[in-house]
Amino acid sequence: MREGEMKQVEGGETAYWTWHMAAGVAIFALLGLHMTTMHLGGLTGLFVAYPTEQAVSPANSHTRDASLFLTVVYILLLGLALYHGLYGLRTMLFELTLKPATEQAVTTALVVVGLLLLGFGTWAAVAAHQGAAYHIASPEAVYVGG
Amino acid sequence: MTFHILRYTPGKDTKPCITAYQVPLKLGMTVLDGLYYIKENLDPSLAWRSSCRMGVCGSCGMLVNGLPRLACNTQIKEVADTRVALGPLPNFDIIRDLVPDLTSMFDKHLEVSPFIQREDEVDINNPEGEYYQSPEDLEHYLQFSFCIKCGCCMAACPTSATDARYLGPMPLTQALRYNNDSRDGGAEKRALRIGSRHGVFRCHYAGECSRVCPKGVDPAKAIQLLKRQLVAGYLGLARRRKPCGKQGLNRR
Repeated sequence: MREGEMKQVEGGETAYWTWHMAAGVAIFALLGLHMTTMHLGGLTGLFVAYPTEQAVSPANSHTRDASLFLTVVYILLLGLALYHGLYGLRTMLFELTLKPATEQAVTTALVVVGLLLLGFGTWAAVAAHQGAAYHIASPEAVYVGG
Repeated sequence: MTFHILRYTPGKDTKPCITAYQVPLKLGMTVLDGLYYIKENLDPSLAWRSSCRMGVCGSCGMLVNGLPRLACNTQIKEVADTRVALGPLPNFDIIRDLVPDLTSMFDKHLEVSPFIQREDEVDINNPEGEYYQSPEDLEHYLQFSFCIKCGCCMAACPTSATDARYLGPMPLTQALRYNNDSRDGGAEKRALRIGSRHGVFRCHYAGECSRVCPKGVDPAKAIQLLKRQLVAGYLGLARRRKPCGKQGLNRR
């Protein structure tokens, strides 16, 4: 085995798989927070500004969007879920005994897709956060789409 | 008892076909005994591989009623009342009839360097004494050293069935066997291949390898332990261990 190949192999799957597992555990925790917020808000009072309304109501949504903590949590959740899911998809594809060049192409394509989706999701989350913060600061402003 | 045997000769037959043989059943008769009866009395052209007849050499691995087993270690009455279906081990090419081509398995076995590796090559080539290994050290790998390389685990593995480059249960188990050997210092070198794209992390933990292993080696457990070793090494949590020396030679 040549030196270049050794380096490629050395860092490879052990690192990817370790982060895959870690992402799974983190998703479990973050998804738990999401479920608690969305379904047990009336009980816990977490991120619920208007207890009489549903969790998905515009008023409660604005409250959550305005929270920097939840914005970061959801961006993090998106990133972890994308990594966990796309690595799993890559694993399934690799079991089809692809050619090494095809495997590399699949890996590159999944990284690009993942980064694009993460970028789009991050943009959406940040835009929602800024919009909600503006809406709360200026309640008289017309909120389009709310 | 009827033996339904998958017959195939590459180059002669276009595809495998099943041939039925009637075999008189005796008490304690094994599948291998049945095959010998067929060869001696019914069809001398039937081919299979066997040697020790006592579950030690690992030559007679074959598919018995849908499960990879050793023919010499399987009593007919254990697996069938009226019909025994035999075929070569899956996930391997067929040399002829019940003889699988195990070359791919041994090539992968070689890839994990299944031997003691040490820095002191001079001493390895001209040993001046024995390395001391305590009974506790022995326990770390003893179970995994019972492997007889029969190929049953490789034949039962669902990942090996789809991924031809996956190392498979036997080579991975042997990698752990040597990693856990206190005399060995080659774990880091082995990690290069074990932690590659088609290495240990492709295991789904289906557990079929452990179910069919005729020696109770439990390859599925070995693979999970190997994953733990690699992850601990990556995170810097692995215990640093130097290969044992000879200073305790007199302690027997």
